[in-house]
Amino acid sequence: MKEQLNSIKNKAEAEISNVETISELENVRVKYLGKKGELTSVLRGMGSLTPEERPVVGQMANEIRSFLENRLVDVKKELAKKERDLRLKEEVIDVTMPGKVKSLGKKHPLTSVIDEITEVFIGMGYEIAEGPEVEKDYYNFEALNIPENHPAKDVQDTFYINENMLLRTQTSPVQIRVMENKKPPIKVICPGRVYRSDAVDATHSPIFHQVEGLVVDKGVTMGDLIGTLKIFAKSVFGEKTDIRLRPHHFPFTEPSAEVDVSCWTCGGKGCRVCKGEGWIEILGAGMVHPNVLECCGIDSSVYSGFAFGLGAERTAMGRFNIDDMRLLYENDIRFLKQF
Amino acid sequence: MKAPINWLKDYVDIDLEYKDFADKMTMSGSKVEGLEEQGEEISKVVVGKILSMEKHPNADRLQVCKVDTGNEDIQIVTGADNINEGDLVPIALAGATLAEGKKISKGKLRGMVSEGMMCSVEELGFSKEDYPDAPDDGIYIIGQSYPVGTDIKEVLGLDDTIVEFEITSNRPDCLSIIGLAREAAVTLNKDFKKPDISLKEMGDEAQKYAEVEIKDADLCPRYAARIVKDVKIEPSPKWMRDRLKAAGVRPINNIVDITNYVMLEYGQPMHAFDLTDIEGQKIIVRRALEGEEIKTLDDIDRKLDSSMLVIADEKRPVAVAGVMGATNSEISEETKTILFESANFNGPSVRITAKKLGLRTESSGRFEKGLDVQNTLLAVDRAVQLVEELNAGVVCKGVIDCYEKKQQDRELKFSPQSINELLGTNVTVEEMIKIFKSLEFKVNESDLTVKIPSFRQDIEREADLAEEVARFYGYNNIEATLLSGKASTLGKKTFKQKTEDMIKDTMIACGLSETYTYSFTSPKVFDRIKLPKESELRNTVDIQNPLGEDFSIMRTTTIPEMLQVISTNYNRRIEEVGLFEKSFVYIPKQQPVKELPVEKPVLTLGMYGKADFYTLKGVVEELFSVLGITKYDFVPEKNNPTFHPGRTAVVKINDQYVGTIGEIHPDVSDEFECPQRTYIGVIEIEKLVDNASLEFEYTPLPKFPAMTRDIAMLVKDEVLVKEIEDILKQRGGKILEEIKLFDVYKGKQVPDGMKSVAYSITFRAADKTLKEEDVNKAMKKILDGLKKNIGAELR
Repeated sequence: MKEQLNSIKNKAEAEISNVETISELENVRVKYLGKKGELTSVLRGMGSLTPEERPVVGQMANEIRSFLENRLVDVKKELAKKERDLRLKEEVIDVTMPGKVKSLGKKHPLTSVIDEITEVFIGMGYEIAEGPEVEKDYYNFEALNIPENHPAKDVQDTFYINENMLLRTQTSPVQIRVMENKKPPIKVICPGRVYRSDAVDATHSPIFHQVEGLVVDKGVTMGDLIGTLKIFAKSVFGEKTDIRLRPHHFPFTEPSAEVDVSCWTCGGKGCRVCKGEGWIEILGAGMVHPNVLECCGIDSSVYSGFAFGLGAERTAMGRFNIDDMRLLYENDIRFLKQF
Repeated sequence: MKAPINWLKDYVDIDLEYKDFADKMTMSGSKVEGLEEQGEEISKVVVGKILSMEKHPNADRLQVCKVDTGNEDIQIVTGADNINEGDLVPIALAGATLAEGKKISKGKLRGMVSEGMMCSVEELGFSKEDYPDAPDDGIYIIGQSYPVGTDIKEVLGLDDTIVEFEITSNRPDCLSIIGLAREAAVTLNKDFKKPDISLKEMGDEAQKYAEVEIKDADLCPRYAARIVKDVKIEPSPKWMRDRLKAAGVRPINNIVDITNYVMLEYGQPMHAFDLTDIEGQKIIVRRALEGEEIKTLDDIDRKLDSSMLVIADEKRPVAVAGVMGATNSEISEETKTILFESANFNGPSVRITAKKLGLRTESSGRFEKGLDVQNTLLAVDRAVQLVEELNAGVVCKGVIDCYEKKQQDRELKFSPQSINELLGTNVTVEEMIKIFKSLEFKVNESDLTVKIPSFRQDIEREADLAEEVARFYGYNNIEATLLSGKASTLGKKTFKQKTEDMIKDTMIACGLSETYTYSFTSPKVFDRIKLPKESELRNTVDIQNPLGEDFSIMRTTTIPEMLQVISTNYNRRIEEVGLFEKSFVYIPKQQPVKELPVEKPVLTLGMYGKADFYTLKGVVEELFSVLGITKYDFVPEKNNPTFHPGRTAVVKINDQYVGTIGEIHPDVSDEFECPQRTYIGVIEIEKLVDNASLEFEYTPLPKFPAMTRDIAMLVKDEVLVKEIEDILKQRGGKILEEIKLFDVYKGKQVPDGMKSVAYSITFRAADKTLKEEDVNKAMKKILDGLKKNIGAELR
């Protein structure tokens, strides 16, 4: 029986060493170690052995079994590695082929600019205020200290619905609506669509967008306005940006200013973008006119405030170097996808 | 306002670089738009004297001239035939540049050297209108005597620099040389050299010649007039013509030029009447009679109405006040006696009149801003001073001045403290007083009141004084501070604003790009999208003065603009687009519109290319999922004429209409030149906001395994999968976790009029591992229900 066991061992080992695939190896395992395998059959015949022989042969058989099992594991590992190496060799792909993705849509450049600006002011404690586009004459003009027969009220600039109703020409009426409904402190930013009777060309559109800001409280100063606009300019146009205020006139602010930012392209040295000026006009601003505060029932001897406004189109065109305003409303997908 | 710098220099010393001057003026509030050096493009053109002329040996039409140009005598070959020996002419030397950048160099003409060129006024950038003494066609012969070699710019009066100012509407006083000089003086810290007007007044009393009566003083607070007799109409002198031209005004004759000159210098529009044409020698300022007629100087007959102010004589109007004179009293070559008018008219009245007549003039543009009532007298005096200086006539004694209700100069009290508090500065009282005084405000230093001169109608309150302080203290010298401590508020977006942001973000994540389209449109769009005549969307807010019919109504639907955008892209051969827009539609509350309309925010979706109905629906479902909206339905919509009757759904949340999505009807696609498979969705944003919940609650992850059963059934074609799903959900019981449609099949092995629908149904219990029999029970209920309710047969 010992000889029989030894011969099984040798035969099995030879066969194990010769297999080339994992499935062949499994066949060998079944052949020798399976329920009906050769080694198993031999062990079944142990009953015919003498009690002295039994432990000896039993031990021997177990040794052979565990020897073969170890060999099987080792060879299996070897084969698996071989097979994996082969697979890796075969599975070469062309990594320069295009990737697969469901591409995202894009925000309109005007939304990008408006969002960016409102985010800056929300960070400074502002809320977003909104108001109607079809607006009462009173809110668009009179309450903003623009009297009847003021040149700014000219029909040439304003679309009228009827005698008392128009398409707002500016976002400033939202200021009035906010001040009528809220007690100071007031800090709001009002983005919105406005209308002026301009024919369409590369730099004009009868519909455009403004972002307006308003702060009203006790002790608000023109220095605060300048400080606020500086932070705004640095956040939107870059840390190195400086601002410059030039005296100007708006009926609803006094003092009033036009605000330039240092050119984002050349940093103020003068270039094509700023037409050699080094500065780009971007905002109108000023201290809220006491007539406007009083019109909204706010005591101008106690409260003061500042307001500012800018055009989203001009900002977007400047920021993205867009040379024709019509592109913003034409919506060619090849344009929209660039932002 | 174009201000020649030499003219400004009459009243203020400007001794710095003009560029620096321009910057300083801009920073004190008189914005300089540009600096134009006259004759900038012309160089190396000098006065030359023709010494001799000979015929060109090889060309009949050419002459060879010897010309003295100061430094040297040169030879010039020319084809001109209006020149003679001894003439002074403009000579472009070799290397010269002329108008439009034309360059002159030495050359040969038919073998003869030509070292320069004789010029016409056109070659120097002018026309015969600018130089009436120039020939129609030929070399400009210089009439006056100049030394040879003189720069031609001096001869042509091109030695000035013109500053172009943008003047704000509150400062009509700065639409004048005097006003700008005054601002410049304060800006540069120089003296303002007030004009000194002294008159000889050699004629007899003006009152003898004419009388003035103001009937409507509300529209004409003041009317000043002077009489000039023995008038000689002739061209005005070169210096005056040069200045007018520099300021952009065409010279005409001495009298007209004087009125224009004074208007530019003083900002006061003036008019000159031929007094012999004034019936009864009486000027009457009154409202026009209804329907009264006048032929204005532009030779147009105009009908007036009673809201308009006219200057009339005893019989008829002779001018539309502040707008334009009439031909019936126009200055002509024969005019002998004139009446200079310098009046103050009510701004709004002039503006309305000019608008009604469609006649905007330099004069009306100035009056409508509101002019200084005191300036009338200064201006008319300046005019007759110029008459004396130009020897244009004899000035009669005295001014006829009708000025009933004297205007008081405004007095304001100021508090240095509150000015500093508004500006955030520490400007001393002394500094403030100095600024006010330099602006010609009279300051009472003991009680801190200022008297505002009449030319500064814009100074009404202390805030206006604060602006004056800020302007000359320097806006940019104000220290930048922060609001900290004051006005402390919480910056945030409202729920609605956040939801709207999420809507946009989701659209972008779904691959759609954002569009912006116009919110006004054409009333024709309703027919183009096949809206029935009785559709309430045809009830619109209309614009009274639109840019054209195409932009004349506020839109009540966004579909046409989205189709237009799709069409634009499609026609540019773009294969595939996905778009969205967040915008408003404008719904009137009544007709005619009395209250503000409802501005309803809508989300519009548009796509073509690989997209089909389910792509569009998927976007909407994803949006609902993001917004936490679960109770929604898509109900087939067969009757919307804009859409495909079999590929359109109404979208409902909690059984309430929120929008429509579907394939555009081929008729409409054709109309807009869109692809046949164009998909549009319109969703009302307010309803999304109302139903959105941005708060989410965690559901524990499953601990026990799921069991899945696949079934395929035969149902009638018209059965909606929603009907099947309703049964599955209703009958699946608590353990039903998920149903997934994985196949819909029609064709072989499926009888006509039927379809095969296959689902994968997953069951799971939260508290135990399910047993076969649990699932079998549920499946039996489901199958019974399917059979009973929709006659489904298991395959």
